[in-house]
Amino acid sequence: MPLVISLLAVIVLVVIALAGTGSLGLQYLFGVIFPYAALATFLIGLVYRVITWARSPVPFHIPTICGQQKSHSWIKHSKLESPYTTLGVIGRMALEIFFFRSLFRNTKVDLKKGPRLVYGSEKYLWMAGMAFHYSFLIILLRHLRFFAEPVPFFVTALQTLDGFFQIWLPIIYITDGLILAALLFLLFRRLYDVKLRYLSMAGDYFPLFLLLGIAITGYLMRYTTAKADLVEVKELAMGLLSFRPVIPAGLDSVFYLHIFLVSVLIAYFPFSKLLHMAGVFMSPTRNLANNSRAKRHINPWNYDVKVHTYEEYEDEFRDVMKAAGMPVEKE
Amino acid sequence: MYDAGKVITGIVIFLVLITFPFWFNVASGNATYKPDPKIITPNEQCMADGEYMKRNHMDMLDEWRDLVVREGQRTFVAPDGKTYEMSLSNTCMKCHSNKADFCDQCHNYMAVYPYCWDCHIEPQETTYGYK
Repeated sequence: MPLVISLLAVIVLVVIALAGTGSLGLQYLFGVIFPYAALATFLIGLVYRVITWARSPVPFHIPTICGQQKSHSWIKHSKLESPYTTLGVIGRMALEIFFFRSLFRNTKVDLKKGPRLVYGSEKYLWMAGMAFHYSFLIILLRHLRFFAEPVPFFVTALQTLDGFFQIWLPIIYITDGLILAALLFLLFRRLYDVKLRYLSMAGDYFPLFLLLGIAITGYLMRYTTAKADLVEVKELAMGLLSFRPVIPAGLDSVFYLHIFLVSVLIAYFPFSKLLHMAGVFMSPTRNLANNSRAKRHINPWNYDVKVHTYEEYEDEFRDVMKAAGMPVEKE
Repeated sequence: MYDAGKVITGIVIFLVLITFPFWFNVASGNATYKPDPKIITPNEQCMADGEYMKRNHMDMLDEWRDLVVREGQRTFVAPDGKTYEMSLSNTCMKCHSNKADFCDQCHNYMAVYPYCWDCHIEPQETTYGYK
């Protein structure tokens, strides 16, 4: 059911864009207003969510570590798995952000015949995740050729590297193939395993379908005869960037469909699980050093508790205590 | 807000990076630049119309290359019935001989560096190499 809902949602979006820019002629809405609105939603929403997180107190010092903490000099300290210093935390975060280290430890449980419960390593999710995220990053950076004049050197370099094999014309980019394979794997992974299918919700399928839609409309414009006039595409993009929006005459519905789906994706960001992009930085189980035995973590909720120390207690009751024959510290 | 210094630094770095295209074009001063491919033989008729050529010339050249190099076929019959020799240097560049003012205009604008000149001799008007 969540699968059907997400697929239907994306199909409805496709129909909206095709109808809007086809017969209704709302090119300005899809080419200018939606992209601006989506970008504003993305930026404001993301900053708002991050600030909301930053305003929530972290009552406990709760890094989830998986290595030996710093203790005696003769016990080997695992500096990255159980960081003690800020530098260690930065190292651990960098491994998490650039290499998805915690996902690399992913395991799966299977009930084999017997019945026998088997735990095993499961690296495919990590592999597909890496393939997807890095392909997406490179594709995003490659798109800067539409958004920057002159085209920065690193964009050209990425293009050359990505089209290294010089297959087909226009040259097929490696990342274009990788991202499709990764997205399809991530989708079928959810469908293949009964347990995972049971856990998957519309919010899990929708981004996958949306990204597949974006990728496919991109392929259509690059590799098939539905080619877009790239100079006009860049004209539109540069118009948006300089706040002098123009709608070039020759752009087809495929192009508007592509940017409409991208607009939906970036507007959807702050409301969805895609926000792990910012959330990974804000996770107290990862961004804290495991030094709670050396440094006291004060719960920000703590108010000034009125305490009655033993000294004060004794001062108050010294005479009574003495009379009852109880030992006192000060005579 | 807790850890305000770190969080705000992070947000500022993110905003600066994400708005790269906005400030890059302001800094480069090319926000309104448009390529201007020059037709120097306005009286000649191209074998296909301009709109089609703008989008699909690369597919056509690719097809021509395969036909000429692999099948030895050198004659192309255009949609209007005229015949042309399938040759980049001898047919296309007879009119479009101004590579720097024609090909390179859009190619540089879109960061497209086709490998035509890996095999073909580049017109003499330009210096060799990518810009």
